[in-house]
Amino acid sequence: MYAFELTRPTSLADAIKALGEEDAQPLSGGQTLIPTLKQRLAMPSTLVSLSGIEELKGIKNEGGTLSIGAATTHAAVARDGSYPALSDLAGHIGDPHVRNRGTIGGSIANNDPSACYPAAALGSGATIVTNNREIGADDFFTGLFETALDEGEIVTAVKFPIPEKAAYVKFEQPASRFALVGVFVAKTADGVRVAVTGASEGGVFRWSEAEKALDGNFSPDAVDGLTLPADDMIGDLHGSPEYRAHLVGVITKRAVAKAG
Amino acid sequence: MTNVTMTINGRSVSGTVEGRTLLSSFIREQAGLTGTHVGCDTAQCGACTLHVNGESVKSCNMFALEADGAEVTTIEGMANDDGSLSTIQQAFQDHHGLQCGFCTPGMVMTAAALLKENPTPTEEEVRGYLSGNLCRCTGYHNIVKAIMAASGQDVSRIAAE
Repeated sequence: MYAFELTRPTSLADAIKALGEEDAQPLSGGQTLIPTLKQRLAMPSTLVSLSGIEELKGIKNEGGTLSIGAATTHAAVARDGSYPALSDLAGHIGDPHVRNRGTIGGSIANNDPSACYPAAALGSGATIVTNNREIGADDFFTGLFETALDEGEIVTAVKFPIPEKAAYVKFEQPASRFALVGVFVAKTADGVRVAVTGASEGGVFRWSEAEKALDGNFSPDAVDGLTLPADDMIGDLHGSPEYRAHLVGVITKRAVAKAG
Repeated sequence: MTNVTMTINGRSVSGTVEGRTLLSSFIREQAGLTGTHVGCDTAQCGACTLHVNGESVKSCNMFALEADGAEVTTIEGMANDDGSLSTIQQAFQDHHGLQCGFCTPGMVMTAAALLKENPTPTEEEVRGYLSGNLCRCTGYHNIVKAIMAASGQDVSRIAAE
């Protein structure tokens, strides 16, 4: 790692101020950032740790909307259980030690194309709350490792409307437990949402054809015959673009079956 | 350089660290507790697992400054007060849950975290919980057996391949 200063503010206001310094970068659970720093792929002057800020932690269920502080760990979300599909997803990220450090805000802000949480946020139609504004999930995830966050802006909470039915299924890359393909399906009052992670070079996306088919008939059969083009799918040693495109259909059916 | 103080196995330890100093480095080099092993240094193998405020973490994937003021438990803090092996450690010995022993500190710390959360896990739950801890010698069978035995369950039919 290159050398940097590490500061641990205890309030959001102090964190935002510290992030105003040149080349300052936020540090949440660090489960992606620390390996990145070790490979010298990032060179911040200052890391602003968010782990000491109590106002960024915790889970509140307010009239059917689950509001999760950005510095809440995957383990805490897994234990919560008030949105079962989300707790199930959180409980299968990485391994137990990673889940004790990694946070929802960090995962959402990093927007890894194979991460699980972006699928939950997009699939649930969540709202991403920052220190400046609220951003709908449809506008938040803008591409590979890219989000609508501005320089110096951080996620402070994620608000999930709890749907009628929902489930997440991932086809795991067994070494990393990232999703080779992961699909989050939610049946909401405004229709069905299907969010796919792990598959596209553009990161998480909604599969609108499947949403339309499932709107009329929320059963695995509704997805039969639907296909996705392999053009912009990820291809690597674990699976070709064609394989991933095929898996999206298979995993979507499994997710619908799991949602019941 | 910044001052950092944490309680390790009940003893207050202070030191001066850089922002980039890893918790694993602080524990080994400044606290002198070399039972915490660093295997991969990439947060994959889990040999460096210890407990921070009662939760298992990979200490090579956390900065020392992030543990400022925390209660840390390492493998050196796992034996009984009289120095005899704890139930989990004894089970690893009884069931030959190690060969070269390099991964063992992380395995024992992980087993302790699991049994605190889930006192009588199934074999599948034990194997799932060990997903962040790699052992290149045993093939895991005897580790799973040791953890099941430490939970007080009958292991005569566990992993009996």
